[in-house]
Amino acid sequence: MAINVLLAILATSLATYLSRFLGVITSKKVKENSKIFKWFNCLAYSTLSALLARIIIFPAGALAEVDYLIRFIVVFVCLIIFLISKKNFVYPTVLSALLLTLLSSNL
Amino acid sequence: MININYFLKGFFCIKSANSPAIALFASFVAVGALFKSIGLNIQESILSTSLTYALPGSLIMAESLIVGASLLNIFLAVWLVNARLYPMTVSLFPLLTHKSQPRLKYYLACHFIAVSAWLIMKENYKSVDRKYRLDYWIGVGAANLSVAVLATVFGFLIADYLSKDMMIGLAIVNPVYFICVMVAAMKTIQMSLAVILGSVFGILFYFVSPEWCILFGGFTAGSLAFFIGELY
Repeated sequence: MAINVLLAILATSLATYLSRFLGVITSKKVKENSKIFKWFNCLAYSTLSALLARIIIFPAGALAEVDYLIRFIVVFVCLIIFLISKKNFVYPTVLSALLLTLLSSNL
Repeated sequence: MININYFLKGFFCIKSANSPAIALFASFVAVGALFKSIGLNIQESILSTSLTYALPGSLIMAESLIVGASLLNIFLAVWLVNARLYPMTVSLFPLLTHKSQPRLKYYLACHFIAVSAWLIMKENYKSVDRKYRLDYWIGVGAANLSVAVLATVFGFLIADYLSKDMMIGLAIVNPVYFICVMVAAMKTIQMSLAVILGSVFGILFYFVSPEWCILFGGFTAGSLAFFIGELY
């Protein structure tokens, strides 16, 4: 490994903390009933959603080794389970791991 | 300093039925195993999860270490992927402010911002007395971070027993959980648009720039959702 692991960990955590820190500074000026707050709320959910879409459709690491069709099927089935189980979070989460392991090892 | 009562209330949210604990544990087990496979020792793995905690950043760091990227590259890549923490902080912390809380506490408490704790707090803040919301939040964050660190250690220890297929299985748990959470959050037109457009634009912008797609896609989608939602 070319660079020091400790330095890499520090760089990673500083880069992560930076956004949180700037967020706290901005928060001082934002009132919870303001339009700006609502806008930031939309931004928070849409960036999360963009991140999730990226992870499923253009994954890095372990997920990239699974065919995209299998990833879609697993996400789709889990969403259906989530909706018919009256929004139970445990069933789809546990099922997703089992289903993907099963499908990727047998197909 | 911290109201223990509210801290504990927040801490034990982790036991609730819709808690992210399972998803969080599964994904950090994978992180622990990944850290071991790229040659980190257990102390470094614990340090990394404790200090960074937001997961996509840790994955970027692991990838960068494998390819031998420079420190500056790691910093920029992690900053880009974790910049979503900025709007997340701004859409949470105004709900937690109270004049009785010391300023420094906010700068320390913001370390706990990552999607799991953030979502619990967004769900629960109304039921918590405003004066103690920050203490409650620190409890929620401490519980989530503890789960993440424990899972990293566990993943590191069982790394040799995890097959490739099991690693793949663990990797899907977190996104599936959060996709469900996103769907559950679609209660207004504005929120529904933010979530749906976010995924659409996130993908579209990937073809322009894989590094910037989350930020550009999220910004475009969130702003569009906000304006359309305001019109209706």
